Amino acid sequence: MSTKHTLSVLVENKPGVLARITALFSRRGFNIDSLAVGTTEHPDISRITIVVNVEGLPLEQVTKQLNKLVNVLKIVELEPAAAIQRELVLVKVRADNETRSQIVEIVQLFRAKTVDVSPEAVTIEATGGAEKLEAMLKMLEQFGIKELVQSGTIAIGRGARSITDRSLRALDRTA
Amino acid sequence: MTEQATGAQHPQPRARNGGPSSASVEHLTGAQSLIRSLEEVGADTVFGLPGGCILPAYDPLMDSTRVRHILVRHEQGAGHAATGYAQATGKVGVCMVTSGPGATNLVTPIADAAMDSVPMVAITGQVASAAIGTDAFQEADICGITMPITKHNFLVTRAEDIAHTIAEAFHIASTGRPGPVLVDIAKDALQSKTTFSWPPTMDLPGYRPVTKPHAKQIREAAKLITQAKRPVLYVGGGVMKAGATAELKVLAELTGAPVTTTLMALGSFPDSHPLHVGMPGMHGSVTAVTALQKADLIVALGARFDDRVTGKLDSFAPYAKIVHADIDPAEIGKNRAADVPIVGDAREVIADLVQAVQAEHTEGNTGDYGAWWKDLNRWRETYPVGYDLPEDGSLSPQQVIQRIGELAPEGTIFAAGVGQHQMWASHFIQYEQPATWLNSGGAGTMGYAVPAAMGAKAGAPDRAVWAIDGDGCFQMTNQELTTCALNNIPIKVAIINNGALGMVRQWQTLFYNQRYSNTVLHSGADSDGVPAKGTRVPDFVKLSEAMGCYAIRCEDPADLDKVIAEANAINDRPVVIDFIVHEDAMVWPMVAAGTSNDEVMAARGVRPDFGDNEDD
Repeated sequence: MSTKHTLSVLVENKPGVLARITALFSRRGFNIDSLAVGTTEHPDISRITIVVNVEGLPLEQVTKQLNKLVNVLKIVELEPAAAIQRELVLVKVRADNETRSQIVEIVQLFRAKTVDVSPEAVTIEATGGAEKLEAMLKMLEQFGIKELVQSGTIAIGRGARSITDRSLRALDRTA
Repeated sequence: MTEQATGAQHPQPRARNGGPSSASVEHLTGAQSLIRSLEEVGADTVFGLPGGCILPAYDPLMDSTRVRHILVRHEQGAGHAATGYAQATGKVGVCMVTSGPGATNLVTPIADAAMDSVPMVAITGQVASAAIGTDAFQEADICGITMPITKHNFLVTRAEDIAHTIAEAFHIASTGRPGPVLVDIAKDALQSKTTFSWPPTMDLPGYRPVTKPHAKQIREAAKLITQAKRPVLYVGGGVMKAGATAELKVLAELTGAPVTTTLMALGSFPDSHPLHVGMPGMHGSVTAVTALQKADLIVALGARFDDRVTGKLDSFAPYAKIVHADIDPAEIGKNRAADVPIVGDAREVIADLVQAVQAEHTEGNTGDYGAWWKDLNRWRETYPVGYDLPEDGSLSPQQVIQRIGELAPEGTIFAAGVGQHQMWASHFIQYEQPATWLNSGGAGTMGYAVPAAMGAKAGAPDRAVWAIDGDGCFQMTNQELTTCALNNIPIKVAIINNGALGMVRQWQTLFYNQRYSNTVLHSGADSDGVPAKGTRVPDFVKLSEAMGCYAIRCEDPADLDKVIAEANAINDRPVVIDFIVHEDAMVWPMVAAGTSNDEVMAARGVRPDFGDNEDD
């Protein structure tokens, strides 16, 4: 069984909330593999997607400790099979007149985009699951990767249900 | 957020101290709003010390007739006093200090309150909001510093946020699993104008403590209790905090199961009760430690399987199924997996358990613990907690503490520091009522006793309060005796003076070949580690007298009762007795750190014989 889990954490959009969450992970000895923060359709709620690596302790302990933070509204674990997970990569690859077309071909194969071209380099934007991006980067390695920047994973459940819906209603009812 | 939703939770009606609550809107400063809010939440006592950034708040405080401010000598004293006040009264303890060093001096008491789940609100001044982040004079990021040791904290930069933040702070501190909440208020927020109306609208959408236990889990637990052959009720501080001692007594007597109360729960079940088997843990009674080890069912009520209770975790209670009830879901399964997890307030849990066990009884399912009690009683008789008197005729620390307990008036509150004297006070004083035993359990904060006793006495002025302190602890926080002397807080302090950091010394005796590195307090560096007796530096009697206390020294067992009676008779000022006790006395029983509770030693070199020693 994989020790990695993707958690969607809905939090109040207030200063310092991210610090509370990352500090909790470090002081309790939980490992964060990836972290992405952004606003949601509701201006008072931010959504933090955390890929947590739990080895030797139950995931339950992570979610329970997170739940104790006063600013945390809701935690949902997104199962890989029932969710869409995406990362964004921007990568600058060494390119010259000889290699540029090969690089563009790889970019097309992975349905990525070339977003900047200069005589010595091509910059590529790609989104996808971790495996796809890894495969693409492996193919690009041979040309020489000059710079790489990667976002944390974000994820959303499949189907019509929304995890923000209910907590918004709860917010209205009990706040 | 819609507005209509929010007024639902009101802060702490039980903590109110009378006075009208105003629905009308008043115009005042942030500082006035703070003091008005404290009045409205019922904070009758605030321990604090002013400074630059909190200064605006101290001006309207001077005019308040409902909030008594006690000026401490060190901010740490204010923090522990707030804890002592809270533990003695069940109300939220409040302390108020300035920014920077004032605030950082609160770090230890806040951490202490977090470990022991004590409801506390700490109010700190902060530099003006425009100066935050500039390394301004006396600036410290106290919210960042206390993030891991508070239940929650707030930085307030606008006057209009003060009232609702204070209401929220008291609500969070006192509900669910209690804990410390810090409110850091920027100086300009205190100075600017705002409006005030009470009760304010609280906005805590992510805070929803569960108090009502799940009925199915309760039934399951009751079934296990009546089926068990060797059950133990393992009672922790949560029972005290929930005010569930009456319910606990009913449950214990209904089931007939033995009860062990942790260090944080002493007094939640009468020590003298025949079902009480003592305290568990590293220095617990042989009977309590062994009962847990041999149990087939442990019903944990507001306890958290702390390492000082379980010893080596993987060999703790190997035969026991676990029913674990706690108000904090994160405690359940944290250290020991629970067969029946119950999330809820201890009072509701125990009340529901009583009904469920009664239902089982009605169906003819009553537990038969006869054989179990035979074992328990044999251990109790063979290995009672006791001590030997020193052969040289000097004072025995255990005897001093025991006599203080026996001669104290009913309802006396005892506050201990941390170390040997704390363990002896847990063993040799009988606790019959809740909230009569205050100590620093989780954090193990030396220096807790004097300021905590001060806080307890301020909150419960009609009750006698004894601080049982060590000479090491006493030297950390004794300055608050001045506060006591000047503010009519007549506590009594017993210094159990063995001239050493006794508990550390005990470990050196047992595990470091009697090499007493830096544990001798009453001699200096030149003594080659040989305790130079009787340097009497500092002279605790003179020191205490200088702080306005009545002080006596006692060295002879023959004087013991006389000096205690003398102390008990004085109520117009603090009393300090310097008991010069034998330095080699040790705390027993003991489970050495990192070993299994099966290895409990009743005394030095005495391993109890349970008839199952493989090497016999």
